[in-house]
Amino acid sequence: MHWEFVIPGYIIVLGGIALYGGLLIRRGRRLAEQLPPERRRFLD
Amino acid sequence: MLRDARLVARKDLRIELVSKVIAGQIVPFGLIVLLLFGLAVSPDLAVLGRDGRSVLAQVAPGLFWVAVVLSALLAVGRSFAVEAQDGNLDALKMTGLDPAGVFLGKAAAVAVELFILELILGIGAFILYGTPIASWALLAATIVLTTAGITAAGTVYAALAAGLRVRDTLVPLLLLPVLTPVLLGASIATEAALFGPPSDGWSWVLLLGAFALLYVGVGIVAFGSIMEE
Amino acid sequence: MGRAQSSSEADVSPSASASADAATPASRAQRLSTSSRLTRVLGIAGLLLLGIMLAFGLWFSGPEIAMRDSVRLLYIHVPSVFVAYLCFGVTFLGSVQYLRNQSSFWDLMAHAAAEIGVLFVVFVLVTGSLWGKPTWGTYWQWDPRLTSTSMMLLMYVGYLALRRLDLPGEVRSQRAAVLGIVSILNVIVVHYSVKWWRSLHQSQTFGIDTQMDGLMLFSFFLGVIAFLAIGAWLLVHRFRVGWMESQLDEIRLEHALVERRNEGRAYPREDDLLQVRPGES
Repeated sequence: MHWEFVIPGYIIVLGGIALYGGLLIRRGRRLAEQLPPERRRFLD
Repeated sequence: MLRDARLVARKDLRIELVSKVIAGQIVPFGLIVLLLFGLAVSPDLAVLGRDGRSVLAQVAPGLFWVAVVLSALLAVGRSFAVEAQDGNLDALKMTGLDPAGVFLGKAAAVAVELFILELILGIGAFILYGTPIASWALLAATIVLTTAGITAAGTVYAALAAGLRVRDTLVPLLLLPVLTPVLLGASIATEAALFGPPSDGWSWVLLLGAFALLYVGVGIVAFGSIMEE
Repeated sequence: MGRAQSSSEADVSPSASASADAATPASRAQRLSTSSRLTRVLGIAGLLLLGIMLAFGLWFSGPEIAMRDSVRLLYIHVPSVFVAYLCFGVTFLGSVQYLRNQSSFWDLMAHAAAEIGVLFVVFVLVTGSLWGKPTWGTYWQWDPRLTSTSMMLLMYVGYLALRRLDLPGEVRSQRAAVLGIVSILNVIVVHYSVKWWRSLHQSQTFGIDTQMDGLMLFSFFLGVIAFLAIGAWLLVHRFRVGWMESQLDEIRLEHALVERRNEGRAYPREDDLLQVRPGES
């Protein structure tokens, strides 16, 4: 019972985390490429 | 601090006397909002009203304060738009005035402007919405403390948002959620002051007072950091 | 359940390809992403815990007596509340630290935490509404917690908007720090005033007698741990993105200064031309 509320809830939350995380990583890559090597602290 | 506050307040009020932006634009804006509320909440919905009063009269306290808050947004925005021109804010810092004094002065000037606005809008609401008044004392206390709260919080947030381009859109976004307690307290206290019994309203007046005090305190403490740089 | 899990697998791919990056012959210093050993550990731990939590929360544990299956929404709702509040706590802490010693680390941390916090408050409201529909019969109830949570969301959306203001970096950080501190005060004041308002208007409460058995509590516990790990993973990545942006801003500023200096000379000096420029890596 009530699965019609549970499933969308899980999809929105987990999908939202995946989407945000994915965009964040892509943004990180783009920025890392622009940054000159000697400034890449924190990037291991 | 208080001497600086008086200087700044007098300066802002003098600018207003010359430019008449509040009187010529913001007060009419508030009146339009009041009229629009009357159109949106049909004045004929009287039958359903409690004690035979029209629905419009019953929701009048909330509508009145929403109109005041919307006008206050413009007023605090105006208070800092005046400083944004020609590097006035830098000049204000160079004068060596106490930041807390600048805050109190600007807030006091806006408060004076708001009182006049509320008086006009209050008369407007009284006529347009047909409300009774049960307790003048409660009404006066509510108006004074609500105005203090709105102007103190409004001045803090308008100073935070004082930027180059997006100021006008940022102030409402920052300020309106913060004013939730004020809007709640003022609406309930005004409702009690208009329809009675007044005893229901006094505890909310306390909340309004506490909010005003909190934000006057925040402004005095934080204005230095906001104006720095 | 199947669909929910497939969306969590989408989460794996970015970090998986990030580790593929690490395997390239380039030295460790040359890796071009915001991941590190710390984020990989956090990310893998978060995904594992999330997988176990999904198995327990959606499969092994049974429906609750009063709420039926909608109780399962609470396994992600309450962890989201935890993450959101912790993030706003970090924003507060970062703002205080910034005002105390102008630390750009804490400034960036406050910004990153506020963004993650806003994301999770959205989750809180969405799952809360979806839980409310079968439980209360309506998506939105003028319940004190729901009302003040939505106000809190708007306040931090405003905080993020302030961070995008077109001001010199330090001025903006300074103001954001003041706002980050004041926002916590607001959250408290709004919460209590709304609570008081509702208690005057109606005495009826929306609490429901819950009877959580062991498996439910365990799913709940797993949800909290998994979300904390994922929240920390996001926070570290977001912080590094913010840090790189501030670095690029600095480089652009230096670059602009060099150009400004060259304007005064007919022939730019050689060492000016050798300055690093953004985009040249």
